[in-house]
Amino acid sequence: MSDSKNPVGRRGFLKRAAAGGAGLAATAPIALAQQAALKPATGSAAEVTSSVRPGSDFMVDVFKTLGIEYIAANPGSSFRGLQESFINYGKNTSPEWLTCCHEESSVAMAHGYAKIEGKPMMIMAHGTVGLQHASMAIYNAFCDRVPVYIVLGNILDVNYRRGNPEWVHSVQDAAAMVRDYTKWDDMPVSLSHFAESAVRAYKISMTPPYEPVVLVADGTLQEEPVTEKNLRIPKLVMNAPPQGDSGAVAEAAKALAAAENPVIVAGRVARTPRGVELLVELAEVLQARVQDQRMRMNFPSAHPLYGHPGAVIASPNLSDHDVILALEAQDLWGITHKMTGFNKFGMESHPTIKPGAKVITVSAIDLNHKSNYQDFGRYVEADLAITGDPEATLPELIEAVKKLITPDRRRALQERGVKIAAENQAGRARNRELAALAWDASPITTARLSAELWAQIKNEDWSLVSNDRFVSSWPTRLWNFSKPYHYIGAQGGSGIGYQLPASVGAALANKKHGRLTVNIQCDGDLNYAPGVLWTAAHHQIPMLNVMHNNRAYHEERMYLTLLGAKYDRDLGRSDIGTALNGPDIDYASIAKGYGLYAEGPISDPKDLGPALKRAIARVKAGEPALLDVVTQPR
Amino acid sequence: MKNFLLPLVIFGITVLAQTKIADPKGADAANGKRLFERNGCYQCHGYWGQGGNAGARLAQTRLTLVAFSAFVRNPPSGSMPPFRAKVMSDQELADVYAYIKTIPEPKPAKDIPLLNP
Repeated sequence: MSDSKNPVGRRGFLKRAAAGGAGLAATAPIALAQQAALKPATGSAAEVTSSVRPGSDFMVDVFKTLGIEYIAANPGSSFRGLQESFINYGKNTSPEWLTCCHEESSVAMAHGYAKIEGKPMMIMAHGTVGLQHASMAIYNAFCDRVPVYIVLGNILDVNYRRGNPEWVHSVQDAAAMVRDYTKWDDMPVSLSHFAESAVRAYKISMTPPYEPVVLVADGTLQEEPVTEKNLRIPKLVMNAPPQGDSGAVAEAAKALAAAENPVIVAGRVARTPRGVELLVELAEVLQARVQDQRMRMNFPSAHPLYGHPGAVIASPNLSDHDVILALEAQDLWGITHKMTGFNKFGMESHPTIKPGAKVITVSAIDLNHKSNYQDFGRYVEADLAITGDPEATLPELIEAVKKLITPDRRRALQERGVKIAAENQAGRARNRELAALAWDASPITTARLSAELWAQIKNEDWSLVSNDRFVSSWPTRLWNFSKPYHYIGAQGGSGIGYQLPASVGAALANKKHGRLTVNIQCDGDLNYAPGVLWTAAHHQIPMLNVMHNNRAYHEERMYLTLLGAKYDRDLGRSDIGTALNGPDIDYASIAKGYGLYAEGPISDPKDLGPALKRAIARVKAGEPALLDVVTQPR
Repeated sequence: MKNFLLPLVIFGITVLAQTKIADPKGADAANGKRLFERNGCYQCHGYWGQGGNAGARLAQTRLTLVAFSAFVRNPPSGSMPPFRAKVMSDQELADVYAYIKTIPEPKPAKDIPLLNP
C-alpha cells in the first residue's frame, strides 16, 4: 500500500499552513497575541517549517532497525508526524501501515499476528482517546503473554497544543492508564532518549514472559526538526530467555523419572516451533499424559499421549497422578481443586489431586507480577516451583530425565504409554459417536460444522486462529492439530471482541506463507468492532470466517438461567439482555458491505459443505470470505 | 455440568422415596419440547439434547423418569441448576422427559463419511 504519488509533502503543507496562519493573524489581534505566545523561544516560524528532517524521520529510522513489519492504527493527530514520516520518508515499507477502524482492532490484530509470527506488530494510538479504545485489547494481550509494541501520540508541552482538540488529546502521563497491564513504558524527552527507549522496549517485550510495552512519541519531538548532534541508534541485542535453576531442574527430573503416573499440564508452553518438539520429546521420554490447556499449539492433538480428548478441556481430571508438572499453566489451583458450584450457596473447596501428589511448576510469570489485576490466579502450594521459561528449561529437563531412566524403567514406562494411548483412542472414538448426535439438526450442531469444515481443509496448509471452546472444542476433538501454526489459543483476558481482529492479524501473518486461515467466529464477538472486516478486504488478507451464529451472548444467557433456577424465578426471561435476535443480524450482508465475499444465513446442514467449497475457493484466490452459519448454542 | 452419571445414580436412589414424581403416562412431549426451550434446557444440552461442553447428552437417556427428576430437582454441586417444582412442576418435568424420549436415535458415526478418519 505504498503511496509515492502524494504531490503535497508535509513540509510544503506546513509552510502553507504557517503562511495562512500569518494572514489570519493580521486580521485578528487576539489570535495574533496567541500566535506570538506559541512561538518557540528560539527561531521564527519560517525557520521551523523549513526543516527537511523532522524528528519523526529519525524515529522511523529507529523503528526500521527493529524489524517490525506492520503498524496497525486508526489515524490520530497526535501521531500525524510519525504517520507522515512512515508513509513518505519510510516509503510505507517495513513497517507497512494498516488502516484500522478502531484501536481495539489494532491491538487485537497485533495480538493474533504475534502468536503466528512470533514477534510484535506496532500499533499507534492517541495517548488519550485512542488508548482508551485500545485498553481492553491490551489487557487481553497482557494476560495472554503476547508482545505488542504500542506507540502513543501525545503533546506534552502546553506551548505546542494548537486548540481544544490537542488539549483534550493530551495527557500528563499517557501510559498511566495501561501501566497495570503492560510490562514497561517510557516517555522520551529527546530523540537520543527515544532511540534508546525504542530499542529497550522491543527487547523487554520479547523477553519471556512476553508482554505489551508502551512508548510515547511526543508530538513536539515528532514535528520539530532534528537538532541533536551525534544521534545514534543503539544495537538491539535480545536477552536469552530465563532458564530454570539447574539444581531445581535436576530435582524435578528425579521426581518425574520415579513417578508411577506423572502428568504434564501445558499452558502457554510453546513460544516457537521448537517448543512443540520439546514437549513431545519430554512426554515420550516419560511416556506421560499431556493435558494441554490449548492456550498455544503445544502438543499434537492426535498424539497417543494427548490427554482427555473430551469436551471439557479447561478442567481435566488429575486425580490419578502422583506427579503433576505444570508448565506455564493457567489457574493451576482451579484445576487441582473443586469449589462449590454456582447452583449451591456458600463456598467450600477441597483438593482434587491425590493426597501426597507432588506438584512442580515451571513458569516465568513470577518475573512480571503486577498487583492490581488478578490474572496471576490463586496461590499454588507447589512442592517445587521453578522460575523460568518452560521452552528454555525443557532441554535441560529432558536430558536430566533421560539420564535417570534405566532400560528396565524404560520398559515399564512403555507399558504406561500403551495404556494412555488406548484411552486416547477410545476417547477419540467416543468423540466421533458424540459428533453424530443431532447430525441433521437445524440449527446446525457445532460438531457438524467442525466436521464439514475439517473435510474441506484437511488437505490444505491450514491454520485455525480462533478459540474452539465456544464450539464444544469440536475441532480439538475431531481434527488433527500438529503444526505450530495450527492453533493459537484464545483471548487471554477473556475480553470479548478479540476474535475477529486477532484472526485478521493472524491471517496477515499466515498470508506470506500461503496458509489457509480459518476463523470460527462467534456472533457476539463480531459485533464489537466489525470494521476490521473492511481492514481485511482493504489489505487483501485472505481468510475464511465461518460464523458460529447462536444469536446470543450465550455464556451469559446460561448464567442467567442457572441463577434464575437457583432462586426459583421465571426461566423464560434469560433472553433479556443476552439474545441477539429480533431482528436477526444478517452477517453476510454486513460482510458484503465491508467488501468481503459472503453467504448466509445457512441453517440446513446439507448446504454447508458446498458453501464452504465456494468460500474456500475465494480465499485461496486471495480474498477474505464469510459464511453465516446458524448454529446450536454450543 | 459434567461427569455426573455416577453421583446421579447414587443420589437418585437416595432421594427416590422423598420425591413425588408425576406419572409419565399422559405426558405431553410437545409441551415438553416447548418447556425444554422456554426454560433454557437447550442452552447447555442442545436443542436435540445432544450435549456439549456446557451440558451432558440427554438424548437416548437410559435414566427412568424417577431418576431423571431426582437429578433435576436437586443436582450435585457443580452440575446443572436446580429446577424445583416452583420453576417446573412434576407434570412439566414429565413432559420434558417425554420430549427427550422422542429424540430419534442418531446414525452411528461409522455410517457418516465425515466422521471416519
